[in-house]
Amino acid sequence: MADTPSILVIEENSLRAAEIRDGLSLGGWSSVTILENLECLSQELSKTDPDIILIDLATPNRDALENLSNASGAAHRPVAMFVDQTDAELTRLAMQAGLSAYVVDGLEQSRILPVLETAIERFRFTSQLRSERDAAKRALEERKTIDRAKGLLMRAKGVSEEEAYQRIRKTAMNPGRKVIDVAQALVTAADMLA
Amino acid sequence: MTRTTLNIGYVPLVDSAPLVIAQELGFAAKEGLTLNLLKQPSWSTLRDLLALGTLDAAHMLSPLPIAMSLGLSSLRVRVHTLMVLSMNGNVIGVSNHVACAMRAAGWDGQFGTPHDTGRALLAVTDHPKVGVPFPHSMHAELVAHWLGALDNASARTRTVPPPLMAKAVEAGEVDAFCVGEPWGSVVVENKVGELILPGAAIWNASPEKVLGAREAWIDAHPNEVRALIRAVWRAGEWLAAPDNLSLASEVLARTDFLDLPEQVIDLALRSHLCPKPGALPERVPHFLRFHGDQVTHPFPSHADWIATKLARHHGLDPVESSRLAQETYRAKLYLSAVAGLRKPEEVDSQGLLEYDTLTPMGPDETLDQNPF
Repeated sequence: MADTPSILVIEENSLRAAEIRDGLSLGGWSSVTILENLECLSQELSKTDPDIILIDLATPNRDALENLSNASGAAHRPVAMFVDQTDAELTRLAMQAGLSAYVVDGLEQSRILPVLETAIERFRFTSQLRSERDAAKRALEERKTIDRAKGLLMRAKGVSEEEAYQRIRKTAMNPGRKVIDVAQALVTAADMLA
Repeated sequence: MTRTTLNIGYVPLVDSAPLVIAQELGFAAKEGLTLNLLKQPSWSTLRDLLALGTLDAAHMLSPLPIAMSLGLSSLRVRVHTLMVLSMNGNVIGVSNHVACAMRAAGWDGQFGTPHDTGRALLAVTDHPKVGVPFPHSMHAELVAHWLGALDNASARTRTVPPPLMAKAVEAGEVDAFCVGEPWGSVVVENKVGELILPGAAIWNASPEKVLGAREAWIDAHPNEVRALIRAVWRAGEWLAAPDNLSLASEVLARTDFLDLPEQVIDLALRSHLCPKPGALPERVPHFLRFHGDQVTHPFPSHADWIATKLARHHGLDPVESSRLAQETYRAKLYLSAVAGLRKPEEVDSQGLLEYDTLTPMGPDETLDQNPF
């Protein structure tokens, strides 16, 4: 047990959390606990007694963890990873990947680094997946709006679909707006006039 | 003309307005700058990115640069305060449950009476759990100062990110809270609590957010730093004109910035609050200010106040901490940057100000009536 540091991962998205857990267990770290919110963090800390805490940077909840690292005399005091300034580059990489690490009760550096490297890789991978999924969703929504705007123009002006699209594009080009902005304005106006 | 781009971090709160307006209304461009405004999810992340150099300067809780310089908050980096971005703007509230108990204990429900309200709160809970946005914040200091001035009481502060404050109140995780707008009003709108005291009733001129940057970066970019101070100063001046506030709310409400309904932002910018669900908005004097009466001046006496409190909480030497903190307040740099901007009467009356004066801003008092 003393050989594998126990790791607490704070991540709201359960799919992502599972992905990170898998990555860590592939790397040989089996003692991983997932916490989806910070509401019972103090209890969770005394229960699982982690050596390392990994937290998603995108969550405002990270500030709550700072509260604990500030509490003087607390039994389990998580300290942000790079407090001792050992490796600014690794910290930068972690932050770029959207991850911050806290170490509890001074685990040696040599045992933290491989965990962090693995976690960085997984975080980066899942961030990419997530942004691809978000981009696809946004593109789909934009296409729906543009289709509605085209439909409105086709009915109002009796033009073809291609002609309707060209009109939207032309309007967008003049003041340097995006096609989606013009389409959105048209749809909003039509909704208000309906 | 090519402009210099600065990476500026901020947390999406109403008091980030001077930075957003400096960029969006062209005050930065006038100074040859483009502000690349980078929204941060938490103060810890903003702090780390500033320490690592990803951010050049940032919207910061006034105690945060001092805490960083004293080595109390993560990486020890000397972060200096270039100017104050906003004065006041916080509000204290309690859960419905606590408000009922306070009324039962004889509280009259007045908004803005620190002594009566504080005693009523302490009558129902002698060691209240109070949610604040960050350990090193004016919020935490104001609550400590308030309860300390009344019967030497203290609070158990708990860090709750502002957008989650209403949830924490509803779940009974905190009895009370101190938070910046619009998050206090969100608690009222969700009908889970009410506002009992504006922060300005505890200290009527508290430096709330400041513009912070690393000492090394400031030294390497003297011209950009002065240009940035001037752009933000002009944005504050623009925000002080009531006619501009509708446009300001509209800009701030946009998704890229606060992503919140315009009305909520507008009320806060106009220093209005609704303390209870269904109540009419009432005007709170000096609720939130960005300009005038030397609001933006980085007074070393502020650094002294903050550092002494931080030193006490963390067992540091208060005299040495205060000395170090005062060095991080760049009053001379600020004055040299804004010298040509201030109106003659302002310079005449206060231009010869001592840097370490203790009564800088006219009616500047804390509730225990000790002039600050």
